[in-house]
Amino acid sequence: MDLDTLTGCLASSACLVTQTTSGFIIGMLLFLVAVGLTLIFGVLKVVNFSHGAFYMFGAYFAMTAYQLSGSFALAMLCGAAGTALLGLVFERVFMSRVYGADVLMQLLVCYAFVLIFDDVVRMIWGPEFKSMGMPSAFQVAPLFIAGGVVPPYYLLLIGVALSAAVILGLGLARTKVGKVIRAAAHNPGMVSALGINTGLIYGGVFALGGMLAGLAGALAAPVRSLTPGMGFSVLIESFIVTVIGGMGSILGALIGAILIGMIRSFGSLGFPLFTEGLMYLFMVIVLVSRPTGLFGKEVA
Amino acid sequence: MTELQAERAAMVPRSQARPQRWRYLDVSIALAAFLVLAMLPMFIGSKALLDFVIRCSAFGLFATSLNLLVGFTGMVSFGHGMFFGLGAYSFGLIMQRTGVPVPVAFVATLVITTIVAAVIGAICVRLKEIYFAFVTLAFQMLIHSTILSWVSLTGGDQGLRGGIPRPAFFGIDLTNHVHLYITSCALLVTGLLLMRQIAQSPFGYTLRMIRDNANRASFVGIDVWRAKLTIFVLAALFASTGGVIMALFVSGAYPEFAYWTISGEGIFINMLGGVTTFLGPMVGTVLLLILNDTVTRMTEYYGIVLGIVILFFAIGLRKGLMDFAVEWYAQRRSGPAERG
Repeated sequence: MDLDTLTGCLASSACLVTQTTSGFIIGMLLFLVAVGLTLIFGVLKVVNFSHGAFYMFGAYFAMTAYQLSGSFALAMLCGAAGTALLGLVFERVFMSRVYGADVLMQLLVCYAFVLIFDDVVRMIWGPEFKSMGMPSAFQVAPLFIAGGVVPPYYLLLIGVALSAAVILGLGLARTKVGKVIRAAAHNPGMVSALGINTGLIYGGVFALGGMLAGLAGALAAPVRSLTPGMGFSVLIESFIVTVIGGMGSILGALIGAILIGMIRSFGSLGFPLFTEGLMYLFMVIVLVSRPTGLFGKEVA
Repeated sequence: MTELQAERAAMVPRSQARPQRWRYLDVSIALAAFLVLAMLPMFIGSKALLDFVIRCSAFGLFATSLNLLVGFTGMVSFGHGMFFGLGAYSFGLIMQRTGVPVPVAFVATLVITTIVAAVIGAICVRLKEIYFAFVTLAFQMLIHSTILSWVSLTGGDQGLRGGIPRPAFFGIDLTNHVHLYITSCALLVTGLLLMRQIAQSPFGYTLRMIRDNANRASFVGIDVWRAKLTIFVLAALFASTGGVIMALFVSGAYPEFAYWTISGEGIFINMLGGVTTFLGPMVGTVLLLILNDTVTRMTEYYGIVLGIVILFFAIGLRKGLMDFAVEWYAQRRSGPAERG
């Protein structure tokens, strides 16, 4: 425990800005993964335990695309589109077979794919740590805000994640497709009786979730090291985020992600060894006081 | 007397006699199994086989106790592995720090597990289904992070090193490989027998009722919360015993024992063997350990092979091996009768 560092940091504006930014970075990446999880749970009623693998594939796709083309935008696109396709195939071929089965079966199918995907990545890209490197467009001097250091890339990352949140929120609330998705979440039988292909919606939502996780992975590739199994810690953390925010709630995922980001960022100063423990402790406290999460609806 | 009444009258003595007979049968099967296992070292000198049985004992107790929650009560715990780790660490620490005899340390470990499980259980069992799974997972990770961060007590990520002292007691010397083997077998068989008694007792049937319909159970006057908490603590005790065997076997304790993957493996073992029969998890344990040992020897891509096997069970069979066997047997028996 190192409370002096924590109080010292809270007293200085420079440290406060630096830590808050890094908290936001962690939070925004988590949000992109968690919002996919929460969407898939909300519509398909499936807890996608293999969601971390999409994050991992996004990062690896982006790295390969960047190395081949040298274009950062193309790398992001490849990361997002590749995982969207992967999500669609995964849902149609495997997950759609276990919708009627109990939770345990769904968890097992996902667990199997966590193992398979990690090994596939190890086969294609090798077991060692890889790094994509910061694209040259962002290799500029960092900004100084109130004495704190903020790399420009972080701003891009936060911007992309926040716009994803806004687009998703508005898209679900206002557009026709959004309404159909919400209807399918509420009563799939009725939606399908009205002549809408629910299989397509399910596949689409899964692809969307996969795409967001892939985008998170692609955005994280320049700032994190890539390794098979990198999806796992992200998965566990985004679970915590969805559970804290409430399963199925997008706003909950956003708030939960920022909270967890801040806990990680400031917790690593005050409790360097117990940072993870702090997150779990927070999750336990939230779940005990509000079992359905901060923004979750009461489950019937 | 109507036909129904006559039938009922005939039923009563039989159903009263049945539990007694079953109990004797269980005890004799357990005794026979223990004798066979205990004789094994006389005929087969292979150390690898004895090691295998010891590992089966540790994981078998753990998986079967998890099945008391998952299969019998319908509580999908994703953090049952915490008690496995807790057992290993408590036992190892007590032996290293205090030097009390092994049985005392074992009993003390069970006492510690009871207290911890009662506290965690009291918080968790109120929650339902997926939320119960998540909170138990969170507690598991909390214990794991505590082990990692409390370096002065637990040795952090290095685990408990320097070996666990195992002084001889009642003529049993656990540093001797055969003695350790026989002790593990005894713990396994006793544990399984006790769990079988729990599963077949009226309390065991109460648990099945809670699994099938918790509302109905509470309408007929069962305190669901208390029953769930009781089985949560009991299952924790057996998982902790599995952890003790593991700690004795490796002569140490490592943070991986408390990591969530242990719980994941436990659930997987249950699915592999089947959750509807009592011995399903035991079969699953043997299968998984054999699979583990052969696959890791053959390929470095262990995950792909294991993943495909899981997919085969989850999507192909849609049930565990024992469930499958039992259904197949029942079908074969009823088949000719229907025709005739």
